[in-house]
Parts: sequence; C-alpha cells; structure tokens
Amino acid sequence: MGDTVLLAHGSGGSMMRELIEGLFFDAYGSAELLRGDDAAILETLAAGGADAGRLALSTDTFVVSPYFFPGGDIGRLAVCGTVNDVATSGAVPLWLSVGFILEEGLPLADLRGICASMAAAAREAGVRIVTGDTKVVERGHGDGIYINTTGVGLFAPALGYADSGHRGTRRALSGADCQPGDRVLLSGTLGDHGIAIVSARENLGFTSTIESDVAPLNHLVADVLDLAPHTRCFRDPTRGGLASTLNELAMQSQVAIIVEEEAVPVHDAVRGACEMLGYDIFQVANEGKMVAVVPAQEAEAALCAMRASRYGKDAALIGEVAAIEGGAVDGVSAASAVGSVGAAGAAGGDGGGAVGAVGATGGDGGGGGRRTDRAYAGAEPLVTVRTAFGSQRVLDMLVGEQLPRIC
Amino acid sequence: MTMPDMALLDSFRDPLLARRLLAAIQNRAAHLAEHTKRPVHLMEVCGTHTVAIARSGFCSVLPESVRLISGPGCPVCVTSNSDIDRIIALTRIPGVTLASFGDMIRVPGSSSSLQTRKAEGADIEVLYSPLDALRLAQERPERQIVFVGVGFETTAPLIAATVERAVAQGVENFSVLVAHKRVPPALAALVNDTEVALDALILPGHVSTVIGSEPYRFLARDHNIPGVITGFEPLDVLQGIAQLLELLAAGRADIEIAYRRAVHVEGNPTALAALERVFEPSDATWRGLGRIAQSGYVLREEFAAFDALRRFSPEVEPTVEPQGCRCGEVLRGVMAPGDCPLFARVCTPAHPVGPCMVSSEGSCAAHYRYRRG
Repeated sequence: MGDTVLLAHGSGGSMMRELIEGLFFDAYGSAELLRGDDAAILETLAAGGADAGRLALSTDTFVVSPYFFPGGDIGRLAVCGTVNDVATSGAVPLWLSVGFILEEGLPLADLRGICASMAAAAREAGVRIVTGDTKVVERGHGDGIYINTTGVGLFAPALGYADSGHRGTRRALSGADCQPGDRVLLSGTLGDHGIAIVSARENLGFTSTIESDVAPLNHLVADVLDLAPHTRCFRDPTRGGLASTLNELAMQSQVAIIVEEEAVPVHDAVRGACEMLGYDIFQVANEGKMVAVVPAQEAEAALCAMRASRYGKDAALIGEVAAIEGGAVDGVSAASAVGSVGAAGAAGGDGGGAVGAVGATGGDGGGGGRRTDRAYAGAEPLVTVRTAFGSQRVLDMLVGEQLPRIC
Repeated sequence: MTMPDMALLDSFRDPLLARRLLAAIQNRAAHLAEHTKRPVHLMEVCGTHTVAIARSGFCSVLPESVRLISGPGCPVCVTSNSDIDRIIALTRIPGVTLASFGDMIRVPGSSSSLQTRKAEGADIEVLYSPLDALRLAQERPERQIVFVGVGFETTAPLIAATVERAVAQGVENFSVLVAHKRVPPALAALVNDTEVALDALILPGHVSTVIGSEPYRFLARDHNIPGVITGFEPLDVLQGIAQLLELLAAGRADIEIAYRRAVHVEGNPTALAALERVFEPSDATWRGLGRIAQSGYVLREEFAAFDALRRFSPEVEPTVEPQGCRCGEVLRGVMAPGDCPLFARVCTPAHPVGPCMVSSEGSCAAHYRYRRG
C-alpha cells in the first residue's frame, strides 16, 4: 500500500480497494461491511417478514472541482449519489443526513444555490433531508465545499411514502447474486459525468455539448423491480466506471461477464473527448446511470421499464453473465465479500462518486500473499468485451487516476 | 481543443471492412507460412500501436503464424531510471514547480516517484501541453516552472516551439528537462541486435507525421527489413499488417505509407525546422537498449539557458535498477510481457515494478489490461 495516501487511493479503482481491504476492513471488519455492496443492510428489532424489518444505510462524501459544473452541482451530486447507493440495495431511500465542510471565503450565494439544488434533488427523489452538521475550515484547507450525505432506506416503508417509490415489501439485493445466463442492462449513455467534469475543470472547450448525467435513480429502480421482480442486483457505475462495476459484480458473484462493445450507448461528443484525452470510456465516471443484472426471461421487461423511465431513455442490453471456465478464480471466494466504506474521492478527483464498495478477492489471505486485483495465472479474466470485429479483450478495473497521455 | 469527427473515425473502424482485411491477412499468412515454415515476427514500434492492437483484441483473431512483438515506442518506458531520478531530484529544488504529462506521474525511480513526491508536498502539475507550462510560468512569476520533456519526435517540436515562445516573450522562470528520444537510431540499434528476431516493422504513425518515411529507408536498404507506416484505428493497423505480409511474400524490402491522410514522404517541414532550430541530436541512454549514438536531443547552445539541469544542477541519488525487472528485454522485443517472472505476480498496474507496467502505452500494462487470459 505504500507509506502515504496518494490521490490514486481515491479514484475508485484497484488502489482504493487495497486501502479499503487492507486498512478499513482490518480496522472495522463488521459482517455488514464485509458484504461488499453499495449499501449496508441492517437487521432491526422490528422484524416483520424476511426483509421487512431491515433497513439500508449508505454514506458518501463528495469533493468535486468545480462545484458547479455543466448539468449539475455538488449538491445535486451529494443527494443523488447516496439515494442511488441506497436504491441499489433494493431498499426505498427515505431519509438523508447532510454534513458540510465549508472553506472560509466560500460565497454564501454559492452555498445557497447548492442547498436549493439539494432540496430540489431530494424532492425529486422523494427523500427528506432530516439532520445535518456544518464545519468551517480555514481558507486554503478545502476546495470551497465538501459534502457528506448518509442515506437510510427501508424495505417495507410505511404508508405515506408513496412518492419515494414505495410498492410494498422489497427484497434485499446483493451483487453476489448474479448467475450464468443473466443479462446485463445499462440505463443509458456512458461517461457523460466524467467528461463534463474534466472538460469544465481543464477548460477543454467542449463543455457546451456534454452535461453531467447526475440524477436520482430510485424511481427507475422501482420501475424495474415492478416489471422484473427477480432482478438480481443494481449497481451505479460511478468512479472507476462500468469497468470497475462489472469487475466488482463478477468477483462478488464468481461469474464471468461478457459485454458487447457495440451495444454500449455513448454520446458521440463523449466518445470524441475520450479519443482526445486517451481515456477508456469504460473507466469514466457516471452519476446518473444504473447497471442491472436480470434473469434472461425478465430482461425485456426490465429494459422496457428503464426506457419508460425519465432517466433511462437510452437504456440498452449490453451483455450477459457466464460461468467461469475452470471453476472459481484462484484466491477469490464469494463469501469473503467486502463493503460500503465511504472513502472520499480525491480532491479535484473525478467528481466525487459513490461509496467505495468493492468486490472480493482473497487478498493477502486466500491469495497466498499476492496483491493482484484478481488472479491472473491459470484463470480466465472475469470481464471481457466482444468487439465489432469478432475479437475479444479483457475489461479491467481502473488503476490509480485516469491521466491524460503523452501523445 | 477541437473535437474529433467521430463519423470520420468510425469509417476507420468499419466492422465489415475489418473482417475483410482479416480474411486477406489470413490468406496471405497461410501462403507465407507454406514457404517459410515458421511464424513471421512483426514489431509494432510505437506504444500507441501496442495499445490500439490490444484494445481491438486482434491477437484473438490474427493467424497463429503472425506474431506481433511490442517495440521500444513507449516514451515513458524508454526513459532511463537515471533520467527519472533527475526529474524527481528537480522536485526537491526549492521554488521549483514541475510540470509534466500525466503518464510520468506514477513511474517509479530509484527510491521515489512523482506521485509520491506530490503526496509529500512537492509542487507538481499535470498538463496537456508544454504551452500550458509556459502560461503557468507567466501566471506564477514567483515560481520556477520546469517542464518534463519526455517523448519522441512527435512531442519534441511542441517543446521547441514553447522554448522559442519563451524567448520571444522573455519568460525567464521557465525551463525544460530534455529527455526526448529519436526513433530511427533506436531502430538501427534494434536491427543490429542479433538477439532480436524481426521480419518486418509496423512503423509509428505519429512520429512519421513529423519525420516522414525517408529516415527509415536504411532498414529496407541495409537490413532487408520492410516497414509500413500506419495509423492507429483498427483498419489502419490491419491494413499495415496486410501490406507487410504482401511485402514479405514478394520478398521485397521497402518502406511504405499506409497512413497517407497524415504522413507525407518528407514529413512536416515546419515541425522539422523548429526541431532543427532549437535542438541538436546527441547520444542518449534508453532503458533496455542502453546508450545509443545520436538517439536523443539536447538544446542548442543559444537555448542552453532553458536547460533545467544546467539551471538547477540538482543532486541526483545513485541509480538503483528495480530488482528482477525485465522491462529492458521487453522493450527490445526479446521477451514477451507474460514471460517476465514478475508479470502479474509482483508487478501489476497498482504496484508497478518497471515502467512498462506504469504507462498506459507500456506493453506490460496493455498486456495485463487487455490480453491476459
């Protein structure tokens, strides 16, 4: 892990995973944390059926520069990011807490604008902001504003929360439940948020055409669950992009995933920006997209539900789940899951992004001391992309930060 | 920045044409194999080609008898450990802000890296262009801005233009660490290396845009090795391979351009003139290839004031090569990334031992990321 924290430890890829597994898991190690999903699922005393008495809890800290960006701002991001993480668990997100770290000198008008934006996003999502905290740090010790949000959701919300997507008792979902033959759906175009941020930050001059996709997706999740009740899991491909999300799911479920490159929707302007910057579109952050893994017979219904939703018009079936050839991957066990530690994104990183929930590896223990993201020798890679040319390549997790190349 | 025209780019990714070219390659390769009774070895010199090939997954569909070897064309990778140490040493000079392209940030030197120095508080900026570094120098007159000049003939003209602009605008708090390399002398060293088995070369598109096709002529004339300059889109790469197989089948050593939309025989005269005005060729040390005559650049005497090493004379630690690292052999094409004992075991993108695993253009990183399995 090295001696110091590096920016790359916050970028949502394999280095952040090392920090989570090597430090946070060692220190905390609760069963809820070790499950490895974006939200922790908690048992409560008021048990009333399988999942009825449970609640889902997720936290996330947002650091994005600039804090106003094309298509949104840090406030909308802070509400949507946590709402989406809670929603991936299957729970209905209901309440949020908000913690601010403000830098001395931040214009009050900016703070007011950000709060209005948070209120609007919360209204849209049907969640209530119910408690909060404020700290101010000296000028030069922050990037204007950092926001932490924590979200609570219920699997069987009481009446009176109908606008939050309540449709009776929900099932607790986990990324460990994908099965061979399942289909992988993506709720829309890839990369809009990451490219909008980098172009605004670096003044690259294509800001007018690309806007962040930041949006609350709890209603989309509810719609999909209505039409495709056996949906295995949801995950929002934030920092680290679709590549990290699919690798996490594949590792948690001990399956392979094959993506059809041609089927993945991407705006031309985003593709162009990736070409220019040398970015891999599969590793660029999204803040308003959901991946759903659905049994084959419900895939069509789930796709219809997504497309009928406000934020899912460009949804597509992008791939499928397959069995791992030759059995389980060396050093990886489905049981040794990991959890939802809210590691803050890098200051000026890719736009905050969601909870650092990660997939499982044997790590130091099962893997015989190796620290590879996943076993290499003798094992098939878990996630592959089938190109339009009929060839295949591996889709790997992001390592470190995405950096522009030399030539 | 101008957005690329995606419709134009897509026309070089047409799946139908790609499948046809693949079929042609298979035919030619089969024909060739009947005569040679052994696989042909094509080296892609340029790191951007290495990534393009890996990304396209072509290795899963090319015939067995066509072997692609990655060459020394990743600018970060060929930068010697001692040069990396010099760059890191500059970050320890009070008042210096180091400006670099992103790829350099994670490369380990003997005991540190720019990434680590940044975490330790060194002032390091990641930039997209050397001109941004010049602007930074104007915005922060109290700092000394040092730009890390790493790259080939592609990026060297940009540095030359920036140095000339610094002179014209009288910017005195700007300097460059020049670690640029020239491709043709390295190719000469490679083809003279008896350990390296090469039948033909896929020549770099970007570099050739600047230098043209003539500097490679000696490969065909003196060494009987054909080369095709090609671009980076899937169809460009396939077209390049198809043309090379045709040259090999005909037993004809020639240098051809399959990238006419960007490369002219005489190169880019404006860029070449800027290079000529600002730099002169000098001997340089390449990781893996060692010291090669006339394979680098230094600033000409009239621009020597912009040489960061002269300006600051940083104290450089003794160079320690990473233990067990075989990047040198990988860069010469005598070892495939997967054959290095450290590959994917000790050396991974998260914990790179050598630069070939660090740079996005490095052959080990490309191999790890796209081809494994």
